[in-house]
Amino acid sequence: MAKTTELLSETASQTAGPYVHIGLSPNAAGFDIYDKELGADIAGPNAKGQRIRVEGTVWDGQGESVKDVLIEIWQPNSDGNFAHSDAVEDAFRGWGRVISDFDTGAWGFDTVRPGASGQEAPHLNLWIVARGINVGLHTRMYFPDDSDAHLTDPVLNNLDHDQRATLVAAGDATSDLATYRFDIRLQGDAETVFFDI
Amino acid sequence: MTNTPKQVDPLNPRDWSRQPPAYWPDYKTTRARSPQRKLVRLAGSMSETTGPIFNHDDLGANDWDLLTNFAAPGECPIGPRILVHGRVLDEDARPVSGALVECWQANAGGRYRHKNDTYLAPIDPNFGGCGRTLTGIDGTYRFRTVQPGAYPWPNGPNTWRPAHIHFSIFGHSFAHRLITQCYFEGDPFIPHCAIVQSIPSQDAVDGLIARLDLEETIPHDTVAYRFDIVLRGRTATPFENQLEWT
Repeated sequence: MAKTTELLSETASQTAGPYVHIGLSPNAAGFDIYDKELGADIAGPNAKGQRIRVEGTVWDGQGESVKDVLIEIWQPNSDGNFAHSDAVEDAFRGWGRVISDFDTGAWGFDTVRPGASGQEAPHLNLWIVARGINVGLHTRMYFPDDSDAHLTDPVLNNLDHDQRATLVAAGDATSDLATYRFDIRLQGDAETVFFDI
Repeated sequence: MTNTPKQVDPLNPRDWSRQPPAYWPDYKTTRARSPQRKLVRLAGSMSETTGPIFNHDDLGANDWDLLTNFAAPGECPIGPRILVHGRVLDEDARPVSGALVECWQANAGGRYRHKNDTYLAPIDPNFGGCGRTLTGIDGTYRFRTVQPGAYPWPNGPNTWRPAHIHFSIFGHSFAHRLITQCYFEGDPFIPHCAIVQSIPSQDAVDGLIARLDLEETIPHDTVAYRFDIVLRGRTATPFENQLEWT
C-alpha cells in the first residue's frame, strides 16, 4: 500500500549489475585499493558462541548458478543481541558480505550461530543482489536443529509448509565446525520465500 | 533464554509503484532471475529494522576521491573531472547521517576494472573505479571522479548503457539497503536503456539523473553534478513484533 504523506519518495532501485564487486569487494574484482574491505568478518575470532559455516548457491530459473551474486548477512550475536542499539562483544559486528566463486557460483561464510531475538527463532538475514535482480532480495535462513522454536516463530508460522521449507538450511551442528547448506532458488517450484520489508 | 532487544521503529512500506518490477523481459537477465511469487510482507521485525553502524575507522581518508585513490603519485586518470555530490535524506526530508555510501563505475572509456570485463576500451592504469564515504550530520556526501563512458552490453544486437555510477547506500537498518545507479542529465542513451526503463514512474527515473550544479563547479578545474538519494522513513507509531501480511 502506497503512502502519500511523505514529502519525498524512496529512490528507485537499479540492478547491482555484474561488476558489483568493484564497489563492494574490489579484491574479488581483481585489484587492491582499500586498506580494509568491509564485511569480511561477521563475527571475529573472539566472538562468543558456536562457530558455524554456511555454504550455498543461488540458482536461477534455468537451473544455472548465479555466478555474479553478492550476499549481505545481518544477524544478532549468540545472545540474540544486535550490534545496533544493544551491547555486544567487540569482536562481533553481525554484518558481512560474501560473493560467489565466479566459475561455479558457490559461496560460503563463517560466523557464529545467532541467538533467538524476541519471539523469533534463530536465523540469519540475507540480502541478495546480482545482475538481473532489479531490487535486492531479502530472505532468511533458519537452522534445521531448531524445529521446536520454529513452531512459535511468527514469520514461519505465516507461511505454508512448502514455503517454510525454503527458509530452513540443511546440515547439523554435530561436527566441530558445524556446516549448514542453504541454497536459494530465484524461481521454480521450490522458489525461496523473499520478503517485502 | 529469549532475548528481547531494544525496539527500533519499522520502516514505511516500500512504494512499489516507483520501483522496477522483478520481471522485466526487455532486460533479458531478469527473465530467469526474477522471483515469480509475490514478496511476503514483513513489517516491524527487529531483525531487519536494525543494522550495522559504520564509523570513520572503517574507511581510509582518501577513499572518497576516485581521482587519487588508485592513481600513481602525481598521476591522474583520463577523462572529464567531475564532482558528484548530494544528500541522503529520508522520506520526511530528514538528513540521514552516518550512512555508508559506496560507488563504482567504468572509466572514461566505458571499461570496468574487473576480471570479467573484456570491452575493447582500455583499462586506465590510474583509475580503480570505486569509492566510499560516510554521510555527514547533514546527510551530505561527495565523490570526486571522472565522468564514466557509455559502453555496449549484451542485452540485444546494439544495446548501450548510458553513462552511470553505481551507488550502494546503507542507512540505519538492514531493511534500508539500496543499490541504484546515477545517470547524467542530457545523456541520449537514457530513453533507450532497458534497465532505466524498467522503472514504472518517469518521476522516479528523473530522480536517478544527476543535474549539472554550476554553483558547486570549480572554475578551470571540475564540473559538479548533484545527486540526492532518498531512503524510506520510519513509521511514527512503532508496532512491536507485529507482522503484516498481504
